[in-house]
Amino acid sequence: MAGLELLTDQGYRLDGRKASELRKFQARMGVFAQADGSAYLEQGNTKALAVVYGPHEIRGSRSRALHDRAVINCQYSMATFSTAERKRRPHGDRKSTEMSLHLKQTFEAAVMTQLFPRSQIDIYVKILQSDGGNYSVCVNAATLAVIDAGIPMRDYVCACTVGFVDETPLADLCYAEESGGVSSLALALLPRGGQIALVQMDARLHQDHLETLIEAAMTACKGVSKVLDEVVRQHLQEASVHSRE
Amino acid sequence: MLKSKTFVKKTRSGGVMKVVREHYLRDDIWCGSEICTECKQDSTVLQRDACIESNLCTFPHYLVPDTNVVLHQIDVLEDPVICNVIILQTVLQEVRHRSAPVYKRLKDIIHEQGRHFYTFTNEHHRETFIEREPGESANDRNDRAIRVAVKWYSQHLKTDESGPDGVRVVLLTNDQGNKQKAEDNGLLVYRFEEYIKSLIANTELVDRLALSNEDKNEIASSKILFPEHLPLSKIQAGIKSGSFIQGTFRASRDNYLEATVFVQGEGEDSNEVLIQGLQNLNRAVHQDVVAVQLLPKNQWVAPSSVVLQDEGAAKDDDVDGDEEEKLLKQSLTKSTRKATGKVVGIIKRSWRPFCGMLNVSQIKESTRHLFTPADRRIPRIRIETRQASTLAGQRIMVAIDGWPKDSRYPNGHFVRSLGNAGEKDTEEEVLLLEHDVPHQAFSQAVLSFLPKMPWIITPEDMAQRQDLRHLTVCSVDPPGCTDIDDALHCRELENGNLEVGVHIADVSHFIRPGNALDKEAANRGTTVYLCGKRIDMVPELLSSNLCSLRSNVERFAFSCIWEMNHNAEILKTRFTKSVINSKASLTYAEAQMRIDDTNKNDDITKSLRGLNKLAKILKRKRIENGALTLSSLEVRFHIDSETHDPIDLQTKELKETNSMVEEFMLLANISVAQKIYDEFPECALLRKHPAPPPSNYDILMKAAKSKNVTIHVDSAKALADSLDGAKVDGFQYFNTLLRILATRCMMQAVYFCSGMDSDFHHYGLASPIYTHFTSPIRRYADIIVHRLLAVAIGADSTYPDLMDKHKQSALCNNLNYRHKMSQYAQRASVAFHTQLFFKTRGILNEEGFVLFVRKNAIIVLIPKFGLEGTVFFDSKDKASPKLVFDEEGPTLKVEQHTFNIFDKVKVTISLDDSNIQHQKIRMALIEPVIPGVSVPVPEAEPQAKKQKLDR
Repeated sequence: MAGLELLTDQGYRLDGRKASELRKFQARMGVFAQADGSAYLEQGNTKALAVVYGPHEIRGSRSRALHDRAVINCQYSMATFSTAERKRRPHGDRKSTEMSLHLKQTFEAAVMTQLFPRSQIDIYVKILQSDGGNYSVCVNAATLAVIDAGIPMRDYVCACTVGFVDETPLADLCYAEESGGVSSLALALLPRGGQIALVQMDARLHQDHLETLIEAAMTACKGVSKVLDEVVRQHLQEASVHSRE
Repeated sequence: MLKSKTFVKKTRSGGVMKVVREHYLRDDIWCGSEICTECKQDSTVLQRDACIESNLCTFPHYLVPDTNVVLHQIDVLEDPVICNVIILQTVLQEVRHRSAPVYKRLKDIIHEQGRHFYTFTNEHHRETFIEREPGESANDRNDRAIRVAVKWYSQHLKTDESGPDGVRVVLLTNDQGNKQKAEDNGLLVYRFEEYIKSLIANTELVDRLALSNEDKNEIASSKILFPEHLPLSKIQAGIKSGSFIQGTFRASRDNYLEATVFVQGEGEDSNEVLIQGLQNLNRAVHQDVVAVQLLPKNQWVAPSSVVLQDEGAAKDDDVDGDEEEKLLKQSLTKSTRKATGKVVGIIKRSWRPFCGMLNVSQIKESTRHLFTPADRRIPRIRIETRQASTLAGQRIMVAIDGWPKDSRYPNGHFVRSLGNAGEKDTEEEVLLLEHDVPHQAFSQAVLSFLPKMPWIITPEDMAQRQDLRHLTVCSVDPPGCTDIDDALHCRELENGNLEVGVHIADVSHFIRPGNALDKEAANRGTTVYLCGKRIDMVPELLSSNLCSLRSNVERFAFSCIWEMNHNAEILKTRFTKSVINSKASLTYAEAQMRIDDTNKNDDITKSLRGLNKLAKILKRKRIENGALTLSSLEVRFHIDSETHDPIDLQTKELKETNSMVEEFMLLANISVAQKIYDEFPECALLRKHPAPPPSNYDILMKAAKSKNVTIHVDSAKALADSLDGAKVDGFQYFNTLLRILATRCMMQAVYFCSGMDSDFHHYGLASPIYTHFTSPIRRYADIIVHRLLAVAIGADSTYPDLMDKHKQSALCNNLNYRHKMSQYAQRASVAFHTQLFFKTRGILNEEGFVLFVRKNAIIVLIPKFGLEGTVFFDSKDKASPKLVFDEEGPTLKVEQHTFNIFDKVKVTISLDDSNIQHQKIRMALIEPVIPGVSVPVPEAEPQAKKQKLDR
């Protein structure tokens, strides 16, 4: 019997969570003064920093500008010290490029870009420590940063990875679970309308299981949105107290 | 909910890596006890009045075993007396890590509702989680975690105001240090032996206790018999550097001082290492994974042809092996020397409970006895029991606990009794257990998935199936067959071609993937046919009724329909789910009679004649392609309907109709194999038969040469041709004997998943692709193939496991194993019935042929009974005749007479029941007459002769 037992008969996972439980969230908004918006998010041991600049004029070649909406520019990178073995290249490798593209697609679906024609919004996300679910933590962190920047969005974009073990969907996978041979799916959701901004899965999964998995992912995303909402409200309260003083 | 983190460092292969994992602690893990009012649990497992009657604990109590207790005493824990046990997560994880089989058994107990075993997730509980302290070893930490959890439990249960007679928690451990510390903490703690011995009215449990280390020391004398095993780290280093070889230990059936270690190489270069002598065998037991060191080349030996059985009586640790060992080292020709080695360490034991019998010690009061396993490859085991007198004469199961280096035999303990030896039921049970055949009655869960009776065909069913009820379908099977899974039809089409249909019972319609019924069938793998008994793979309602294609009832079938011309060339192939109504269930003999009877001209007979004609053409084509016709003798017993004892036996004879059915089954299997492979190249379940390595044929070629016949083995075709041409004048049986020998040279055919292998060829059938489709009632592989085919033609939907090649591959492994085991069980059952048969017959006098020649014996085949037996030429208490063995022939010269393979001999057959466990068929030579060796023809008073035969 090789490998780890991802889900015990008692329904506990490796780290003691139950199947549908998320990891512990810790977040701060407005961590940098220089940027237009910024946020720091910990989801368990995965830690991400997101910074937003804009909307501002198009930098570089003007031909990229769109006449009816803003261009979203995303860059994803991982700190060299984020994984157990030191990374050589923090960004620009294929994985990061793909991740940047996914982030871009996600936020193009959520940010109301049509309000800012011929302009550009930059979203930079850096993973400081990686312990599974990098994509979803980035999306969640970037959402907070975009809100911090005051850029209007249709809704929070909340993302979560789910895996499938023993006929049970597991929410918010950690690294040990992700690498344990689980078919995992990442989903970004606009929770209020229930619209899906992005689904990504590159493992094999039988068609019959897909629905339950997406269902579980959506429930998890709604859980994430509740937490994010609380963070934003807390932040606003603090900010208003500060400004009153 | 409280959350916290711990950091764990872990080394992985190569470097050291820091792994950080989260570890959440919870406050919603309940204690699982009925008496608890604090925990907000939905259901409880542990009972209020948890009473196992014990002298030590007169109050209700829960047991908490530690890891070593679970690992070593699982046999006791499995007893239904032991209930209300708390298994800590720490223990469960450690067990999982250390022994997969014990873990599986433990989990089975936990799942049993009536046992009240509760798993407490102490590692994630806020109050019972502890961190490893600096300098503390992982084992010590786990022991401490167990103690903390026990402490928590005792306090938790005490606060419930249940008064002085409240439930208490008892820690069971055999570790002295742990026990001491626990007592210091004020916990109730006992040694496991202590506790079990205190149980009232369960004295037989004591026998099942495994010996702990201290006890083991007492037993053995100080004399060291075996070299020390190397520690695992040294073995691993040795294997890496190439000085040791890792392999599976296979004890020899015929010689207890000899074994081979089978080394799994990459692809073709797997080889075997010979091990000889007790010292070199070094306590390895059959099927263990061992590390072997090769001896220097000048010490290499040849496998001995001596047949040796460990007959040494229960003299303890006697060195009676010495003499026999000398015997081994006799004249050996250099050419046959093989790589020889010695076992230096054990990598993995594969000990299981063994069936066998007790040799009661001569000393009356002794509680130590030797146990002789039924399987001759397993050494005898010393056990301790107080019920020797009751166990004598019974078949019992015994598990090995350990084998210290100063003991000739391993130490073990009694597990359970199976019944009186020699009784048919007991022997059958032994046979099934020894071959690992699941044979319990089907559980309620499994039966719940059977269709409700009365079963009717609904219009929806009809809509999805093709109606073939109008066709003249009939089935041809052996007499007395109730699980009919195939039926055939043949008719002429308007365009002059023939339409041939093979209709197979649609078992996959009734067994849906993933339910309990399906899982049970997948586990059983195959139906096992014993003499006079059938161990079904699926419940009887399906096997003998709903799926069985009986005559004149409507049944679901999976049909494979070809359009053929009169030269048996396939023009079109079609697969469909259908409904059929068989017009007749015939036996082979009945079908043959119909075909031969020129007066009969009904539809069924015409259909049979058409099939027969095509089958002959198909067979001819197949043989032209190089398919082998091999032969093995099969016997059928006529069983007395009252006593179920065999009263007569006959060898199975083959009729034309047998081969007619077989041809169409082969054709269907090949067509289906092609179809599912085309559709699912990654996950088709196929069957292959690898070509044997040329060296396998040595014995066949030598044997043929002795009769001046040359056998070509370059290809299947060459072999088939030369077998056909092999004839010796005046020796009609020669060809059959050759074919029997050729069969022994073959490899096993196996199931495999097409995505995991590239060689699909079926050597015996000379077909590039093959599978099993035609017997879904008795083989699980066919059910999978049915499902694949159903998906391929759009008649059914797919499911995840079907498309997963790794799961398929795992399934294939199980099926291959079950298949092999069922064959062995079948053979063993035939052997047992043969013995019963000869028991009632007394001594017989028969003609036979020498099949193999060994150094001190010849193996004789008696065609009349399909029986093989050994004629020994030496024995312990008699001066042995002069034996000269020649490897090249191989021939054996006894005094003046030389035995060759295929020599005709006359022997007496009798049953040697001096050893009730291994009742043997004894053969003794009558002709040729060799003074001092052969026995006179038994005419009268067989009793007196028997004495002599027993020697």
